[in-house]
Amino acid sequence: MTAPAGHLIEISGALVRARCTAPVGLNEVVYVGDDRLVGEVIALEGDVATMQVYEETAGLSPGAPVELSGGPLSVTLGPGLLGAAFDGIQRPLDRLALSQGDFLGCGQHLAPLAPDRLWEFRPTAAAGAAVHAGDELGVVRETDSLDHRILVPPGIAGTLVDIAAPGAYRTSDRLGRVQPASGATVDVGLAQRWRVRVPRPFRQRLHATTPLLTGQRVLDTFFPLSCGSAAGMPGGFGTGKTVMQHELCRWARADVIVFVGCGERGNELTEMLWKLPDLVDPRSGRPLAERTILVANTSNMPVPAREASIYTGVTMAEYYRDMGYHVLLLADSTSRWAEALREISGRLGEIPAEEGYPSYLSSRLAAFYERAGRVVTLGGREGSVTIISAISPAGGDLTEPVTRHTQRFTGCFWTLDKRLAEARGFPAVSVEDSYSMVSADLEPWWRDEVSPDWAPHRREALTVLEEAARLRHTARLVGEDSLPDRQRLVLRVAELFEEGFLRQSAYDAKDASCSPARQVRLLSLLLDFYHRGLDALGRSVPVRALTALPVVAALARAKSTFGDDEIAGLDRLAIQIADQCASAGKAEMVEAVS
Amino acid sequence: MTAIAGVEYTGLTGLRGPLAFIEAVPGLAFHDQVELTVADGTTRAGRVLGVSERAAVIEIFGPTDGLTLGSTRVRFLGSPLRLGVGRELLGRTFDGMGRPRDGLPPPLVVEERPIEGAVINPCRREYPREFLETGVSAIDLLTSVVLGQKLPIFTEAGLPHDALVMQIVQQAHAPGVERFALVFAALGLPRPVALRYEEAFRASGALGRMVAFMNLADDSAAERLITPRCALTAAEYLAFDCGVHVLVILHDITNYGESLREVSAARGEVPSRKGYPGYLYSDLASIFERAGRIKGRPGSLTMMPIVTMPSGDVTHPIPDLTGYVTEGQIILDRALDRRGVYPPVAVLPSLSRLMSDGIGAGRTREDHEDAARQLYAACARVERARSLASIIGGDELSEDERRYLRFGDLFETTFLRQDPREARSIEDTLSRAWRLFAEVPAADLTRLPADLIARYLPHGGAASPARSALEAAR
Ligand SMILES: Nc1ncnc2c1ncn2[C@@H]1O[C@H](COP(=O)(O)OP(=O)(O)OP(=O)(O)O)[C@@H](O)[C@H]1O
Ligand SMILES: [Mg+2]
Repeated sequence: MTAPAGHLIEISGALVRARCTAPVGLNEVVYVGDDRLVGEVIALEGDVATMQVYEETAGLSPGAPVELSGGPLSVTLGPGLLGAAFDGIQRPLDRLALSQGDFLGCGQHLAPLAPDRLWEFRPTAAAGAAVHAGDELGVVRETDSLDHRILVPPGIAGTLVDIAAPGAYRTSDRLGRVQPASGATVDVGLAQRWRVRVPRPFRQRLHATTPLLTGQRVLDTFFPLSCGSAAGMPGGFGTGKTVMQHELCRWARADVIVFVGCGERGNELTEMLWKLPDLVDPRSGRPLAERTILVANTSNMPVPAREASIYTGVTMAEYYRDMGYHVLLLADSTSRWAEALREISGRLGEIPAEEGYPSYLSSRLAAFYERAGRVVTLGGREGSVTIISAISPAGGDLTEPVTRHTQRFTGCFWTLDKRLAEARGFPAVSVEDSYSMVSADLEPWWRDEVSPDWAPHRREALTVLEEAARLRHTARLVGEDSLPDRQRLVLRVAELFEEGFLRQSAYDAKDASCSPARQVRLLSLLLDFYHRGLDALGRSVPVRALTALPVVAALARAKSTFGDDEIAGLDRLAIQIADQCASAGKAEMVEAVS
Repeated sequence: MTAIAGVEYTGLTGLRGPLAFIEAVPGLAFHDQVELTVADGTTRAGRVLGVSERAAVIEIFGPTDGLTLGSTRVRFLGSPLRLGVGRELLGRTFDGMGRPRDGLPPPLVVEERPIEGAVINPCRREYPREFLETGVSAIDLLTSVVLGQKLPIFTEAGLPHDALVMQIVQQAHAPGVERFALVFAALGLPRPVALRYEEAFRASGALGRMVAFMNLADDSAAERLITPRCALTAAEYLAFDCGVHVLVILHDITNYGESLREVSAARGEVPSRKGYPGYLYSDLASIFERAGRIKGRPGSLTMMPIVTMPSGDVTHPIPDLTGYVTEGQIILDRALDRRGVYPPVAVLPSLSRLMSDGIGAGRTREDHEDAARQLYAACARVERARSLASIIGGDELSEDERRYLRFGDLFETTFLRQDPREARSIEDTLSRAWRLFAEVPAADLTRLPADLIARYLPHGGAASPARSALEAAR
């Protein structure tokens, strides 16, 4: 053990102060007390350092020793991250359970990656080659669905002096040495460390061109996300944020998913740990757990570690991005992160800006969302980090600071509606209050890969939904019966869109996820009914006769009747729409005549 | 840290609200337990809220009037607050700090445990999947509780939540589970209400399988912050060490939140919404997250906190943050209560998030989930028909809408309404639901699969038993 660099002079909750005798850096990680609790220096004043402690501080006394770690808060990056569960400062929860038992103890320092595990390494670079940061040295098959590329870490370039032979290695083993133009050789291993609060560098940012498909119709069709964009998802309690995040974890077409449970419920993470191994990745056919990293800092775990958790998560996401993968970071919820920031700021005695939040809330949020992006990596690959964060506005009030600031830094905004959720209309994404700023950028992709109908159809459907929202106000005042037939049809069709397209149950085996092709087909059927309905109105068919057609019920149910591989069934439905709309009203006319 | 255990000091340097200030004592640790002896010989418990080289702040549990700076003696116990736990806690009533309140000697304890508890490693939690039957139809069918869940009851002043709590205390059990116990924590209850509870616990015989911690309205605010933690320490011992299924009732979390605000203001902290401290969420979570199950341990800790929504406002910070931490909510409704419906459970906004994995074949009955969805959908239609009727008048309604109005009445009289002493089995509750489905237009029974309809739907809608039950009820 090294000699203490200082001693505690004050303890107040998660915040402690020490007088230091050795030079200490801002953001340096420290070990506090005889139990060596992990902490981080967050303010320096003269020889007094203020630290936030990532563990329970009960039992600490003034005079207790403080040791310096020599560096800022960092994570270990290497094979073995996938499938693991960590706390907010990357302590391995699964392995901690083995050493500590059922409850989390203090002062345990386990390496994030299992030190004894052997990984089969296959070199792809040759000794003597000139290498730069981001170049591939070799590959480890981390899981059956993912090649983990071992890259030259950022900041290193030179001649590859030697490289390990194919074989099994530990994460702590050296794999090769790089001789820079000047100075000593640098060891490169299976794993590397990176400071969590510093974004990993890349070569160039790219525009949005490809959607990050989620399998959720309301998102993919109406408020799409592109690889590399960021989305905020605000909603009061019980509006379906977590279920949506779990659905995205399951269905989103990403190579790697980092799920950060930031100040939320223990049972929700348990549910993921229980269900993920049995769920199959729709693309690779492998267990979903193999593409997922969990960061779990539940609401009752120390608050400073909650503040760190989103940085721990996004750093791991960037690491896989650098290998050329599309990574999705799900954060549930960034409001709890902001509250952690507020709590620490309050204890520091900083002057609050709004609702007690520190004035730097918005710059911290901006910096976090900046870490999303589709990029050319240092090694010349294309990779992306997409961020979707749940926001839990106090009292469901969307004007509160966290929601408002997030809105400024994210291109997609999916507002969950309390009334919809109460009516069990899931996913409760409000069409009126949501938007996506990348939908125009994605039109070429949909046109080339799926169908030219996507763009015009989504626009028309949005127009119908918008008109219906306005008409509902009027109908409430004057009664629906006094509206003209066309408007009443719009109202019925909007309901049909809602039931048959927007609503999508997470628990429906056939419909929990919807392929792009089926999305386009379903929407075109609904619009087809609308157009034929308008025609029929022109032939003086009453709205009542149209909405009573058997095909209407079939349309409402079509999403769960015909799965992704049963699109032919939808084609048959199209014929029924045509037939029934054509003969609609005939019976009544006959009646009227006779 | 035991260097200072037992050492006694005289003299405080300041007193403010529930806080006392004292010069630093070597070896004093954060959150250490303190005992203060006042000039008249009485003692107060306290704990170290902050400590520096020069001074320490102590939070006092109990009345602070009469305390003086000079003569108060302070003894440091050298460890955090603890509660003695053991099976003998069962059948006993304690005050808010865990001291006997029933005139009996202190119970035999096997161990002293820190009341703050420890965080369950999320990897060691077992996902809750076993049904807890309350015998109350509205809860069991529509917002089923599972063992290890935290499900609050949101209520308003003047609603019959006390009757509902008593009913749950008496009836709650887990089918097929023998070891079942209750822990009741009164948090700032008015004395008459608390006495009524205590009497009811004794009279009903429920006391034998329960532990009660009573912090009353006139007990100190700081003590109220300790009470739920004492109760949960006892509950955790019974659940995770003794393998008992424990239901914890915390009544009322709103009083707890008020105390937290009071103590926070005395500490001079920066407030966030409505004067509540910024850490209200984390603090509530440190209580509610103690519910759960642990892999390989037979017991469970289920929590039903009672939350009185101030002025009926669900967006008030306390119900709001409770909703953000807990796994659903049961909402009581004033309009139903006015109509004389007991228990006045508002179906639509109530929700149990852990329900779907804890019910169904082998747990409750195969038709449970579909029946709940169908009943829910029908209630939503009733709601729409009622609001329509209030705008355009009942005569203008369509035949279906009129049918839903009738359904709504039947639902309230034959399903929701229940005697406070009536325990209904889940089978009874389900068959009541099916009798109601006979009243729903057949085309609307879309949530029920055909095989279940064939098995359970009573035939002959018009002459249905539910209808005759309604007639009988009149
Ligand atoms: N897509 C969905 N399909 C079916 N049911 C859903 C869906 N989304 C939400 N629900 C229902 O709503 C409940 C609450 O959802 P969820 O836990 O996601 O809310 P939340 O917004 O995360 O709330 P909180 O802010 O309190 O964490 C779920 O338990 C489930 O019953
Ligand atoms: Mg949630």
